[in-house]
Order: sequence, then structure tokens, then C-alpha cells
Amino acid sequence: MAAVKQTIETVAALEKYEHGFTSQIDQEFAPKGLSEDIVRFISAKKGEPQWMLDWRLDAYRRWLELEEPTWAKVSHPPIDYQDTYYYAAPKEKTGPKSLDEVDPEILAVYAKLGIPLKEQAVLAGVEGAPRYAVDAVFDSVSVVTTFKKELAAVGVIFCSMSEAIREHPELVRQYLGSVVPTSDNYFACLNSAVFSDGSFVYIPPGVRCPMELSTYFRINAKDSGQFERTLIIADKGAYCSYLEGCTAPMRDENQLHAAVVELVLLDDAEIKYSTVQNWYPGDPETGKGGIYNFVTKRADCRGDRSKVSWTQVETGSAITWKYPSCVLRGEGSSGEFYSIAVTNGHQQADTGTKMIHLGANTRSRIVAKGISAGKSSSTYRGLVSAHPKAKGARNFTQCDSLLIGKTCAAHTVPYIEARNGHSVFEHEATTTRLSDDQLFYCQQRGLSQEEAVALLVNGFVKDVLQQLPMEFAVEAQKLVAISLEGSVG
Amino acid sequence: MTSMLSIQNLHATVADKPILKGVTLDVPAGQVHAIMGPNGAGKSTLSYVLSGRGGYEVTEGSATLNGEDLLALEPNERAAKGVFLSFQYPLEIPGVPALTFIRTALNAQRRARGEDEIAAPAFLKLAKEKAAALKIDFDMLKRGLNVGFSGGEKKRMEILQMAMLSPKFLILDETDSGLDIDALKIVSEGVNALRAPDRGMLVITHYQRLLDYIKPDRVHVLAAGRIVASGGPELAHQLEAEGYDKYTVAA
Repeated sequence: MAAVKQTIETVAALEKYEHGFTSQIDQEFAPKGLSEDIVRFISAKKGEPQWMLDWRLDAYRRWLELEEPTWAKVSHPPIDYQDTYYYAAPKEKTGPKSLDEVDPEILAVYAKLGIPLKEQAVLAGVEGAPRYAVDAVFDSVSVVTTFKKELAAVGVIFCSMSEAIREHPELVRQYLGSVVPTSDNYFACLNSAVFSDGSFVYIPPGVRCPMELSTYFRINAKDSGQFERTLIIADKGAYCSYLEGCTAPMRDENQLHAAVVELVLLDDAEIKYSTVQNWYPGDPETGKGGIYNFVTKRADCRGDRSKVSWTQVETGSAITWKYPSCVLRGEGSSGEFYSIAVTNGHQQADTGTKMIHLGANTRSRIVAKGISAGKSSSTYRGLVSAHPKAKGARNFTQCDSLLIGKTCAAHTVPYIEARNGHSVFEHEATTTRLSDDQLFYCQQRGLSQEEAVALLVNGFVKDVLQQLPMEFAVEAQKLVAISLEGSVG
Repeated sequence: MTSMLSIQNLHATVADKPILKGVTLDVPAGQVHAIMGPNGAGKSTLSYVLSGRGGYEVTEGSATLNGEDLLALEPNERAAKGVFLSFQYPLEIPGVPALTFIRTALNAQRRARGEDEIAAPAFLKLAKEKAAALKIDFDMLKRGLNVGFSGGEKKRMEILQMAMLSPKFLILDETDSGLDIDALKIVSEGVNALRAPDRGMLVITHYQRLLDYIKPDRVHVLAAGRIVASGGPELAHQLEAEGYDKYTVAA
């Protein structure tokens, strides 16, 4: 109830895209464009070993052979891959550093975004709130990672990917690209060649990570792409909850964000991965600018009884192309996908999940809520498949679409493949329009039109919001309300 | 006697089709007036025009509550002024528990009137009390509002909202439709409990049955967009016996 009230207050108080500010920070760039030299430049800049450079070059050569996919229900002018900066970093010496050494301008950016970078910081106004360890990624590099010492005491490694490559090469070599192979798809391949930074997490056997881990991505530089790479390994019986947030300034040019996230789960491991994606969606009237969010996220449940859960709240980006997936290889492993995708203005989202049942008695659950308003288009695209060996596989899918207004569109494209006779798949789908009758009913009881929309939409997405850690749920609820501001009447 | 709700020569159209053609009606504070009439007479239109639903255009006339122009206000502003419409078909609000819905509405109204929001403990105490009086299982208030509720449960939920929001002027649109006799009794008792010297009510109904339970001070017959007859409670019985024929012909 408090959250509903807060949403209403937020809607009243905030601008449409509150993270659209730019910051003047001294940065260095690689020359625009993409070539083997740029790949070498990025690798050298990060002081990478030869094996990493070879891996990148191999990816780059494969990428040259690939073609951009066209099957998604999105449209955009051709992307000029030579007109982008593939490396932009705040001008500073590389290497791990303490909070005191970070450029105050950058700290100011995170403060403005409400991201707690001070280790003692507790989220404002929330008593007894869980602590968050944060890895802050600014354009191409990680600027600071908090709580590292405390995490190290229990054996948890939480650091930037660059640092992991230097400090934990054996883990990186073993797992990097093992869930999303280099040439998995066009954008993952591009990422493999030019990824700049991202977060690395390793949870040792039997350890329950003592705090929430989170990464906060910020694109600041103009004409730059962000290509982060995240790798999380939960060893046998390990558990962690990981949060990811993203914002970018308002710019008239489209910017490319092509990330890869790989999760590895061994026996009895569990990972909860939550995303609140709020990249700049472009101008709501003209559709100009905004982030192209082409992301590959996949979890490999290698171990028996391992469990992964993806929760995403997608409110930003001009175009979203994203299918967090679960490969359910271990016997009795399970995967969940909870999604809220909000599109307004001229946004296009083609998002969903893949549940690949390979092991016996694997289970999966999909709850996807799409909300379309303005002139936007939202597509749920999902695959549920059961391998011949996946006897006893079970899936439950629920896809609900809510339309606001008469100029938006919602599509549902479910693929279901069962290659054995012992699987049970259920699929439920609904499409509803936010009705004038419901709005009037709420207004007659005293709610303004904005308050009525926020209340109705919050009701629609409640099942998914409940999956998020509390503070994130409140944040997500605000975002959903702000994204839909002005969508009625 | 000064009237609380005053409607003068009200004309309204829906999609350019005239529905109300000069309704004049005064309801003083403390009184219950019934509006009866055949199907298509404009009964529901009158309730929607008074509460401000979109799609209804007022082309002439006025409607005031305690002297304030209602027609110039947004629906939520009218609600904050004290207008409550009990819907003939209450809407389902999935994922929003009834308690959340009512509290959000109550606080929105209070904010609009410059009052403090109600504190959670006081709200819960009030909700428990009012729900018990209407024989509503309190657990039902934690479910999505009206989702999967029976017709009777939905109507009771309307009366509960009424009791919680404590409006100045109630409009009951065909509240008896879809109710069995037990539910009708509970709902009527709930409405009667809200009768007060400073509160007015307009009860819209097709049948006389409801008026056996909610006794009106005055009965008006609406036919073809006008009030064609007014009288005491006996007029309702007369209509029940004779039907609306003579009014539809006359109109």
C-alpha cells in the first residue's frame, strides 16, 4: 500500500526520464570504428594476457562472417558499426582502487542516481535494509567495487571482469564463453570481441552470499557503445542474489548496448538475477535517439537440483532485444523467468525467454507481463523445449499483455517443442486493454487519471514485482508509473 | 427547504444522440429520492452525467451540489466533493486488493480536500468494523477487488466503499440488479445505515422491489429523457401495478 502511494507521489513529482543528465567527465576514447586494431587496443588498454587477446580476435573474425539477425519484430535504420566508439573510459590510471581515489565527478553521478557507493551507506529511509555490494560500471570500465574485503572473507569473489582476467585467470578461462559461445549470435559475438568491462562473481561451494550483489551500468559518453560482460559462477550448494540497473543520458543519436551475461550453476546452487533496465528510451514524441539494447543472457544449470531465477523490469531503451534463458541440464534443475516489459512513445521491445529442458524432471516457470502504450510495440517471444532425455519436464507459462490507448501493439510468439511423451507444458495468455470503464471506476472513487493508471498497472504486474527484492520492487514500481506517464487521455 | 443536489433543465447527448432532454430535479439534504423509469429512459445516463463519465456531453442546463457547479469538475474532483456512484456493474480490478483500493481512494479524496491521510491502524479498524456490518469476510478484502466475486458480493463491496468513503451524496444505479432476496436485505440495511440529515441519496431502479427496503421520500418517473411524474412512495406501487406504458406513450 505504501508502495502504491509512493508511486503516485513519484508520478506527480518526477519528469519523464529523470536519468537523462550528462556529466562532464574527462574521458579517453579509442578511435571510432571497429577493426582488429581496435580489438588489440582494448585488450592492451586493459593489460590483458595473450590468451584473452586471442579469444577476442577469434570472436572478431567470426563476427565478420555473421549477419545481423532480422527475425525480431523490431525495425530500425541500419546500424553503422564503424560510427561508434568501442572504448570510452574516464581518464585515470587503471587497476583496482578505493572509493577515495574515484573521480568525485563520477561519484556525484552515482549519488545523483541514488546508487549507494559508500560501504556503510544504507538505502535512504529504509531501516534495517539489506546491504548491497555495488560494482559501478561507467561507460567501458568498472570504476569501483564495494564491500570486496568483507565478501572475500567468506570466499566470495566480486570484482570487475578486467580484474578477474588478471587475478583469477583460471576461473575466467574455464567458464567465459562456456554458456554463451563466442559465435552464439551476432551481438554476443560482437561483445566477445570488444567487451570492455562488467562484473565477475564466484561463490565457493556451500556459501550463501551474505549480501545482495549489484552492478550499476551507466552510459555517459556520446556515440559510444557499451559492451559489458558479466560472469557469475555459483559452485555446489552456493547461493547469491544479483541486481543490475542501467541508465543513460538523453541524446539524439542511438547508442548500442550489446551485453552478455553468463550464469553457471553447479549442483544445488541457486542464483536470483534481477534487472531494472531504464536506458534512455528516445524522445517520446519523435522517437529520436535512445539505446538499442541487444542483450544475450543465459544461465546454465549444469548441476543437479540447481535453480535459477531471472526477474526483469524493462522500461527503457528505444529497442530491446533480449531473451534471458535457462539451460536446464542438471537433473531436477529449475528455471524461472519473471518479466515486466513496458513500452511507450516509439519504443519497441522483442523480449522473452528460452527454457531448454535437457535433464530429467526439470521444471520451469514463465510469467511475462507486457504493457504497451503510445505508439509502441511489444512482443513476447519465448521457447520452451524438452529434449528426449528430459522425461518428466514441466513448464508453466503465463503471458499477459495490457494495452493502453489505441495506437500501440502487443504480440505473443510462443514456441513449444516437446521431444518426449512425458513432459507437461502449460501455456496461458491474455490480452486486455486498460478499459475506460476501469479508469472511470477508479476516478469516481477519487483517483486522478494518473493515479488510476498507476494503480491498475501495478495490479497487473503485481505477480512479477513480488519476485524482486523489496527496495528494487519499489524502484521498479516507480519506473513503471513514470514510463507510462501521460499515456492516457 | 434548500436542495442539496439541484438539477435544472439538464440536456445531455451520447454520440450526438440526445438522451436527457431537460431533467429538473431537487434533492434536499437528508432525503432519499427514487428515480424509476422504463429501459432506455436515460436513468443510467443521468447517473453518469452527474458523476462525470467521459462520452456524455451536456448541451444545456446545470447540476450543482450544495451550490457548487458539478459539471465543471473532473470525476475525481466530484468524488472529493462527496459524490459517490454505486455502479450497476462494479468493475474488477485484478491485482489490487480491495483494502488497497479503498485506502488509496480515501486518501486521494482527503488530500484533495486538504485533509491528512488516514493512518493505517485507524483505517484497518474502520474497515473491519464496516465489513462485519455488511457480513463481508475480511479476508475477501485482501483479494483483487471484485475479481471472482458474485453479483451480491460486488454490490456489498460497493456499499462497503460507500461506508468507508462517507460521501455526501449517493447515487445508486440499479443496485438491486442481480441480487437475491438475502443479499438485497443486507445491501439495503447497509444503505439505510448511511441515511443521515446531512446526506442525500438518489436511488435509480427499474423495479419497485428495492423501495420496499430503502424507503424513498419522493419518487420520480423518468421517461424519454424527462421527469414526467413525481410523487410520494405510493407512486412506486402504482407503477408496479400499472407499468410504464402511460408514461412512454405520453413522452
